[in-house]
Amino acid sequence: MSTPTIRVSGLSKRFRIGELVRYKSLRESIQNAVKAPFRRGRRPKEMIWALRDVSFEVAPGEVVGVIGRNGAGKSTLLKVLSRITEPTEGRVELRGRVGSLLEVGTGFHLELTGRENIYLNGAILGMKRAEIDRKFDEIVAFAEIERFLDTPVKHYSTGMYLRLAFAVAAHLEPEILLVDEVLAVGDSEFQKKCLGKMGDVARAGRTVLFVSHNLAAVQQLCRTGIVLEQGRVACAADVALAVRHYTQQVRRIAATSVAERTDRAGSQWLRVTQVALCHADGREIRQALSGEDVVLRFYYASERDVPDASVNFAFNVRNLHGLLLTNLNSRDSGNLRMTVHRRGYFQCTWPRFNLRSGTYACAIYCEVNGEVVDWVQSAFELQVEDGDFFGTGRLIHREQGDMLIPHTWSSHGDPA
Amino acid sequence: MAESLPSVAEITVIEPQGRLAGPRLREVWAYRELLYFLVWRDVKVRYKQTVLGAAWAILQPLATAAVFTIFFGRLAGIPSDGLPYPLFAYAGLLVWTFFAQGLAQSSASVVGSANLITKVYFPRLVIPFSAVLSGLLDLAIATPLLVVMMAYYRVWPGAAIVAAPFVLALALLAVTGVGLWLSALNVEYRDVRFVVPFLVQLWLFVTPVIYPASVVTPRLERLGLPGWVLGLNPMAGVVEGFRWATLGTGAAPVSLLSASAVVALVLCVTGALYFRSVERSFADVV
Repeated sequence: MSTPTIRVSGLSKRFRIGELVRYKSLRESIQNAVKAPFRRGRRPKEMIWALRDVSFEVAPGEVVGVIGRNGAGKSTLLKVLSRITEPTEGRVELRGRVGSLLEVGTGFHLELTGRENIYLNGAILGMKRAEIDRKFDEIVAFAEIERFLDTPVKHYSTGMYLRLAFAVAAHLEPEILLVDEVLAVGDSEFQKKCLGKMGDVARAGRTVLFVSHNLAAVQQLCRTGIVLEQGRVACAADVALAVRHYTQQVRRIAATSVAERTDRAGSQWLRVTQVALCHADGREIRQALSGEDVVLRFYYASERDVPDASVNFAFNVRNLHGLLLTNLNSRDSGNLRMTVHRRGYFQCTWPRFNLRSGTYACAIYCEVNGEVVDWVQSAFELQVEDGDFFGTGRLIHREQGDMLIPHTWSSHGDPA
Repeated sequence: MAESLPSVAEITVIEPQGRLAGPRLREVWAYRELLYFLVWRDVKVRYKQTVLGAAWAILQPLATAAVFTIFFGRLAGIPSDGLPYPLFAYAGLLVWTFFAQGLAQSSASVVGSANLITKVYFPRLVIPFSAVLSGLLDLAIATPLLVVMMAYYRVWPGAAIVAAPFVLALALLAVTGVGLWLSALNVEYRDVRFVVPFLVQLWLFVTPVIYPASVVTPRLERLGLPGWVLGLNPMAGVVEGFRWATLGTGAAPVSLLSASAVVALVLCVTGALYFRSVERSFADVV
């Protein structure tokens, strides 16, 4: 057993919740000091642990995927390991040069040319000047921007910009690479290129810690997976096991009723209490059948009546791999003007339900007159069975993808 | 990679740090190339974005010196230690502009670099340092005009000219000290943004830029205060010292310079310590 490259022991990070108002003004501080001169320091605020007693080890050359829901502590872990933010407790040992990639193109300046940005960005990522000199041609070739090397990057297309940014980062060659969902940007071609390069990095024997929502990418790249749940390590195992654990975790959370959820955001004077899946005739059902008209009712309790409000009620649909399939909301559908009652429900009609069989996790979001009142991640699940979507009398078998699209085919001979 | 053998690799330990962490200057030194590139970026972008480019560096002290000459030199008849007032004012404004610009740049530097701070690690001290250092180029650009003016007015420097670099180093120390304080304070208290222009304006008037120190010291002495009290404003020592070194005004203002040097040093050390003590929360607050 060799010495681990990354050793994390008892790592904790605490944040103050009250810091939603990000910074103080001098006046406020002075006022507080005048009002309560004998109270030492700041008012005790509610604290949350973004990371709690996290321990794990990563062997040299290991590629580890860190997965977890939003707010589970993934990004915080990465920020602590990258030394961007300090831990509250615990200790981390990193053996080797660390390169962290929390986004591509950190420090790029639009006024500077491609050439200039390569040097600037390289230096920011921790490369020595001589090293950049040596890799310069390689970076330019990878980014495919030879002709625009001396053009300010503000004239670049998004694709060129991303390619250049990633090219610099990809040539960092650290012994330990910490990567956030950099791959979530750009078109699929670019993502493929990045994934390919990441694979190279992994094969070159470097240690990689990869944080992502993209379970497919995690499974493809990583051997080991770490699942974070409310700041703690819920599972650290072989990647297939970890992914399974994670998908089960998503289900388990979605199974608790919306009313009991406490991990919600928004001002909370209106709260969604229950979600009902109904047939078009209003009868409650447990599963949706693809092809049928489905109605979703979002029951709520409100502290006030707001007649003729502007209500943007939304829910999104993710498959169990965490891939966002769609977002249905009253703003896009043009039904913004709705009345808020003390008790009531917002109803969404989804004609000819077009998801394939499976389980989907949905988040709820409600905004009244521009104020976010309630927001619950993975608030409920949609269970779907395959139905006669195309009206052919035959059942469609789940083969590829999650969506069903109404469509027809026909054949035409070439008139010429 | 032959160069990346984990067995001989550097070990990074991350732990919560005490409130009184040292300034870790060795680490800043290790990141000197980044410092260089940030200075280079600031300079490059500033000159790219402005129509007049480098001319601004001369225009600013020159135009101010012209206005001062008309209103304070001619109309108000403020003495200038026997020197032609335009030369007297320009020499003072040269170092003053460096200080004022450096203060403005550095105080906004940390907040302005939020995108870097939240995404990548490096010693944060590099940020205000680079903001201050990028002002040195402006100073270098504006200095030849001083030489031209000296030749025009036939004022020749004496042996004291050898002290000029030390006086400039003192200016650098002073602006760094104040810049460290303000840049760190600015992260937590965004009012600093409004305070700085006001502060610079007031500071100009309590610094012997428009008038020579020789008009203030007799009054101080009448109050029973020694002349070096004026030097508690580090820029008083810098401006007077710079005129003495370049224009050869009277005797060496030793006590004034010493007082300023001590204050600048204290500002710098406390500034660095304060900066370090709040730096760990930058990424969470910015």
